[in-house]
Amino acid sequence: MSELTKLTMAEAREGLKAKRFTAVELANAHLAAMAAAKGLNAFVTETPDLALERARQSDERLAKGEAGAMEGLPIGMKDLFCTEGVRSTASSRILENFVPQYESTVSGKLKAAGAVVLGKTALDEFAMGSSNMTSAFGPVINPWRRTSDPSVQLVPGGSSGGSAAAVAARLVMGATGTDTGGSIRQPASFCGLVGIKPTYGRCSRWGIVAFASSLDQAGPMTRTVRDAALMLGSMVGFDPKDSTSADVAVPDFEAALTGDIRGLKVGIPKEYRPDGLSAEISKLWEDGVAMLKDAGATPVEISLPHTKYALATYYIVAPAECSSNLARYDGVRYGMRVEGKTLDEMYAKTRAAGFGAEVRRRILIGTYVLSAGYYDAYYIKAQKVRRLIADDFAKAFQTVDVILTPTAPSAAFGLGETDDNPITMWLNDVFTIPTSMAGLPGLSLPTGLSSDGLPLGLQLIGRPFDEETVLKVAEVMERAAGFTAVPAGM
Amino acid sequence: MSLDKDTVRNIANLARLEVREDELDHLAGELSNILQFVEQLAEVDTDGVAPMTSVAHMELRRRVDEVTDGNYPEKVLANAPERIDGFFVVPKVVE
Repeated sequence: MSELTKLTMAEAREGLKAKRFTAVELANAHLAAMAAAKGLNAFVTETPDLALERARQSDERLAKGEAGAMEGLPIGMKDLFCTEGVRSTASSRILENFVPQYESTVSGKLKAAGAVVLGKTALDEFAMGSSNMTSAFGPVINPWRRTSDPSVQLVPGGSSGGSAAAVAARLVMGATGTDTGGSIRQPASFCGLVGIKPTYGRCSRWGIVAFASSLDQAGPMTRTVRDAALMLGSMVGFDPKDSTSADVAVPDFEAALTGDIRGLKVGIPKEYRPDGLSAEISKLWEDGVAMLKDAGATPVEISLPHTKYALATYYIVAPAECSSNLARYDGVRYGMRVEGKTLDEMYAKTRAAGFGAEVRRRILIGTYVLSAGYYDAYYIKAQKVRRLIADDFAKAFQTVDVILTPTAPSAAFGLGETDDNPITMWLNDVFTIPTSMAGLPGLSLPTGLSSDGLPLGLQLIGRPFDEETVLKVAEVMERAAGFTAVPAGM
Repeated sequence: MSLDKDTVRNIANLARLEVREDELDHLAGELSNILQFVEQLAEVDTDGVAPMTSVAHMELRRRVDEVTDGNYPEKVLANAPERIDGFFVVPKVVE
């Protein structure tokens, strides 16, 4: 383990400026770590040659004083972002050999800021999952291990599990994620990272393989709040190519980290304390409230009465949008094709061979809830409940500035510790889905360890386009929590 | 709502997903479980609530109707499973 891989992005940025090391040295240190950690299966495609070429260019720009905000910083790119000339699979067989001819807006912005992409990180197939076990290319292993039994391999969470494992294992300094119902925040919690899903509309969705378009948002996964602010700043911004991209000013997110949260009101929603919430998670949450109080903020109990319906609402809206979005995989223009005697047979055989079990399940559910006779009963009903969920938040934000909840109901679980019922897996996202339904910014940060030595995260939720308050509060909590634990061997 | 095999076969056909006959029972059970789970929404009073299609409060932007992109057939066809003379190729659709 090189000293260079232990640096935060903010530290590396200073080191590069001060010429203590070069971008090529930084890239090489991380590429060596990546080569030594193949057992984690964090990457679908590694691009070391491209990375070194980019790092050399970064060194030139640094020498000329033309450094971008992320100049020379090694990152991972979730394999859901289309990258020009580099295979982009969505961790699905159906896109196994897909090489985009264009660059997604977000990955393009990161490159323009000077970030050095080391490879494409694994995910649950089409970002549908909470464990990375639905990837067509094998599960990703979490670098964290239980103290009681280090032999058990744990999941990194999902769907941005490859990104989470790569950042936690110090293979990259940060990575992109996307979040539809919790796919940045839950893996961040499972791997001891900071992950923020910004407000819907903040990051362009152009060039991101679509799952549920009214929910999908990109965001950064990093080891510190400052790094999240730094990386987020290089990902956001108005994009006319995405019709839901918000034409709003981009703040200086790092400047928001003032350390002063005195007088802020922090909502504590009582509905996030369901019967059966683990004592450990409950304690973590109480400790978080205490940190905020000590820093001069005021906790306020709030009610978000429709919380318990969020999961059911999500599992109508998201599959409906997924079935519609994934109709494009037809074996004609790109992706896998399995021949058939007729066009319809070719479609059906291609899609059967190309999609895994979870994706197929969601397409079927989505097709059913959108079909004639059921559309109103399921889909329209869910859209109405979605509004009630969003209204709950809007009402709460009339009296509070930010909301604090747990991120996930448990720590990372073992690869073999799941049952066959898909709903059990979906429950992982019970605390993150409501935020997604309302389109609000949500951040997970690690504030403690489980009794078994695994990271646990708390979630901060903000008003629309108020990532600054979320980041400011997160940085204060980060300091108070003093979370310094790292996976064994790091 | 409990789905039977015929319904699953029909949904799979609508979704253009080939499903083997011996998978239908298992899928019917799985999908029925999910539908039973989401049916809890029936207890929520949504009278007078407008469906939420998007969280973004915005008008759909329009642009001038003019050609701004194109002229790269090689890129468009670069990932095609089968192509001839600048066209995508599909199985015969006209008898």
